[in-house]
Amino acid sequence: MSAAPGLSDVPLAKPDVREVVLAARHVAKNYGSIQALKGVNFDIHRGQVTTLFGENGAGKSTLMKVLSGIVQPSSGEIILDGKPVIFSSSTDARDRGISIIHQELSLAPNLSVRDNIFMGREIMGPTGVNYAEEERQVRGLMEELEEDIDPLTPVEELRLGQQQIVEIARALSIDSRILIMDEPTSALSATEVEVLFKVIRDLTSKGVSIVYISHHLEEALQITDHAVVLRDGAMTAYAPRAEIDLEWIVRNMVGENYDLGTPPGGYEFGDVALSVRELTVPSESGAGFNVVDRLSLDVRAGEIVCIYGLMGAGRTELLETIAGRVRASSGQIVLAGQEISHLSIGERISRGLALVPEDRQRDGLVQTMSVGENLSLASIMEFTRGIFTSKKLERALIANSIRDVTVKTDGPEAAIGSLSGGNQQKVVIGKMLATDPKVILLDEPSRGIDIGAKAEVFRILSDRAKRGQAVIFTTSEVGECLSIAHRIIIMSRGRISAEFSADVTKEKIMAASGEAVAA
Amino acid sequence: MTDTSANGVSSPVKGNKNRLSLGKLLLEGRAFFALILIIAVFSYLSPNYFTASNFLIMASHVAIYGILAIGMLFVVLNGGIDLSVGSILALCGVVAGFFMQGVELHVFGVILYPPVWAVVVLTCALGALIGAVNGVLVAYFRVPAFVATLGVMYVARGFALLMTNGLTYNNLAGRPELGNTGFDWLGFNRLFGIPISVLVLAAIAIVAGIVLSRSSFGRWLYASGGNERAADLSGVPVKRVKVTVYTLSGMLSAVAGLVLASQLTSAGPTAGTTYELTAIAAVVIGGAALTGGRGNVRGTMLGAFVIGFLSDGLVIIGVSSYWQTVFTGAVIVLAVLLNSIQYRGRRGATK
Repeated sequence: MSAAPGLSDVPLAKPDVREVVLAARHVAKNYGSIQALKGVNFDIHRGQVTTLFGENGAGKSTLMKVLSGIVQPSSGEIILDGKPVIFSSSTDARDRGISIIHQELSLAPNLSVRDNIFMGREIMGPTGVNYAEEERQVRGLMEELEEDIDPLTPVEELRLGQQQIVEIARALSIDSRILIMDEPTSALSATEVEVLFKVIRDLTSKGVSIVYISHHLEEALQITDHAVVLRDGAMTAYAPRAEIDLEWIVRNMVGENYDLGTPPGGYEFGDVALSVRELTVPSESGAGFNVVDRLSLDVRAGEIVCIYGLMGAGRTELLETIAGRVRASSGQIVLAGQEISHLSIGERISRGLALVPEDRQRDGLVQTMSVGENLSLASIMEFTRGIFTSKKLERALIANSIRDVTVKTDGPEAAIGSLSGGNQQKVVIGKMLATDPKVILLDEPSRGIDIGAKAEVFRILSDRAKRGQAVIFTTSEVGECLSIAHRIIIMSRGRISAEFSADVTKEKIMAASGEAVAA
Repeated sequence: MTDTSANGVSSPVKGNKNRLSLGKLLLEGRAFFALILIIAVFSYLSPNYFTASNFLIMASHVAIYGILAIGMLFVVLNGGIDLSVGSILALCGVVAGFFMQGVELHVFGVILYPPVWAVVVLTCALGALIGAVNGVLVAYFRVPAFVATLGVMYVARGFALLMTNGLTYNNLAGRPELGNTGFDWLGFNRLFGIPISVLVLAAIAIVAGIVLSRSSFGRWLYASGGNERAADLSGVPVKRVKVTVYTLSGMLSAVAGLVLASQLTSAGPTAGTTYELTAIAAVVIGGAALTGGRGNVRGTMLGAFVIGFLSDGLVIIGVSSYWQTVFTGAVIVLAVLLNSIQYRGRRGATK
């Protein structure tokens, strides 16, 4: 397993060391048993833009957090201006000239733009905070960014793109030497991106170094000087802009020998198990758009369907609506011939619909309960006789589940937190499979688990399909679309933008999702 | 690479298993050891403490707190808090007192004297209803539990004061010719030498213990308290569970109100002030986590006895009531401190 696919792509030639201002050497970061970074080398060049490419979970954000002092590396060192340093905190890193624009907005919505930008480093005058000076500087920053945002507006009244601008303005106001931008454009319009790029060019000409992370590959190619690709926590490729193109990036991001199985065959699909008709789900924020937009989909018994899409494409909302957590504003959900839109989550589960949620810590596991209690949670009524639960029936159900999804555990009494990420995920899957569903929905079932566990999860799903259950899973890793799925559906902006059979190529999938051709 | 990571995972787990034993035993059984310690110290300090009659008297005091604490445990397991129990206790006591005085029906020109069992049923129903209001506010209107029950605490106390105009019902005995005697039975009589109130507490504790450990509702409660979103997605009716726990808490407050009114042979609108805090303290001393999902009836009972035996012991050896407050406070802080050590340790082991 340590022989990560494509490791031979790592260049042997060392980049020009003189121009390197900040570097990571053999940096590793473990979260419990999960290795987010496996000994990464990374260089930031003075006055240049270095772009970091990689799929979700490849370790991009973790690497940036290490470089900006937010998390400490488990091993390896950070070298600033040729000398090893240890950042005790993000403030420490900021004081040494490194600032970061976070992927998740880190603004206080109740405070004004001005107060957010100077949060923690207020300009003090003789009588307290010098608001006038702060306001003057904010106006200057907004002029530079060509945005018409009043410094006194509360951040919560700004739209998402403007909030991102405020986040960028805050990083710019620090006058840092090294600026890390983690997905800075995800909510920006095309014009705003243009302005941001102009600002980036200004900064680099002044000698500021930029680290740039984006899912919009073409957009990133416009601005970058160097490209670094991460995969599964390891650096797989490094090259200057002149030597790379889109295809090079995709190839290195996804990897070649990525075997997660093939679509199970040798049987006929059954009747339509799940039918979604014209399903529409409005945005929760009330922003007036639909996160799922008149979407229709049929899945047959025994069929495995993969839904691919970028963040915000509406995959999670679609599955949560089918499962009953989110209410649709219109449309029908038909399970084995019966309309189920009006039923509660519990009723849908007992009719044979199971959802394995995306975030297993937040939505999947009860941390205060044991492995066994988590496994039996969705089937409590199965082992309840009268008003009492039967210990004997429960034990049998749990033992069966542990065997079925091959959870490695000390026993049903073990604390759920004692399991590895992959085994925790299997517990969440096992919990829902124990309800003996007709249709299994899985939202990013492979998120945050290692490749071995991934393969096992896909094997379990493949087995279930052979037994006549319908499987729908989502992913944001292209390689996983080309594994066990009979059919690949691409979602974009709440709709199905393309549909492929199992023999499609990665490039076609990425193109259809809007990933490679954005903005 | 695979080897090193496997070792990294397994070694702390093994280390942990060896470190169980004495430290963990003391930590997990702390409420029990605290109780033993309290009994030992006061028995040494006062010859009157370690007697059967004193234990029964103290137990009948504990009964009030204990009953409230079991209701509170249900709410705390759900991740909530119920500040209204002291006020519900007072209101229900006053309402029971009001019924015992007879209900005048102007239309028919008669005064109805409901029998004691009917008074008990009506009072419990009222407590349950107020609890249900709490539950609906928290579950369906998403009012934070602290605020919802704080509001209900004031409202219930206000109604109790309004009903009696601030006065106290002193005559709860009823009259034989009206067929409504027997209210004193709850607070004063004994069965097999044990005060009825203690038996009521024991019965409630046993039923609550079985519900929590053996019923599907109990499992729902632990699951939704531990992680409401996960429970919801697993088909647990989390809102219904929430309304139920507050309803149970309200009903048990009413029971405690009846027992207290019966023990005091009077029903006053200011009874039970700050009892909600004592109940929370008992639950916390018993090892329950205020974040929900952890705790049990056995611990809560021990917590109630620790508080009750400690304060009665201080009275017996003649410590001033001001010092009693200080001691009780110190015990609560110590308990919460130990809770956080215990849960932090557990979390550290799991990560």
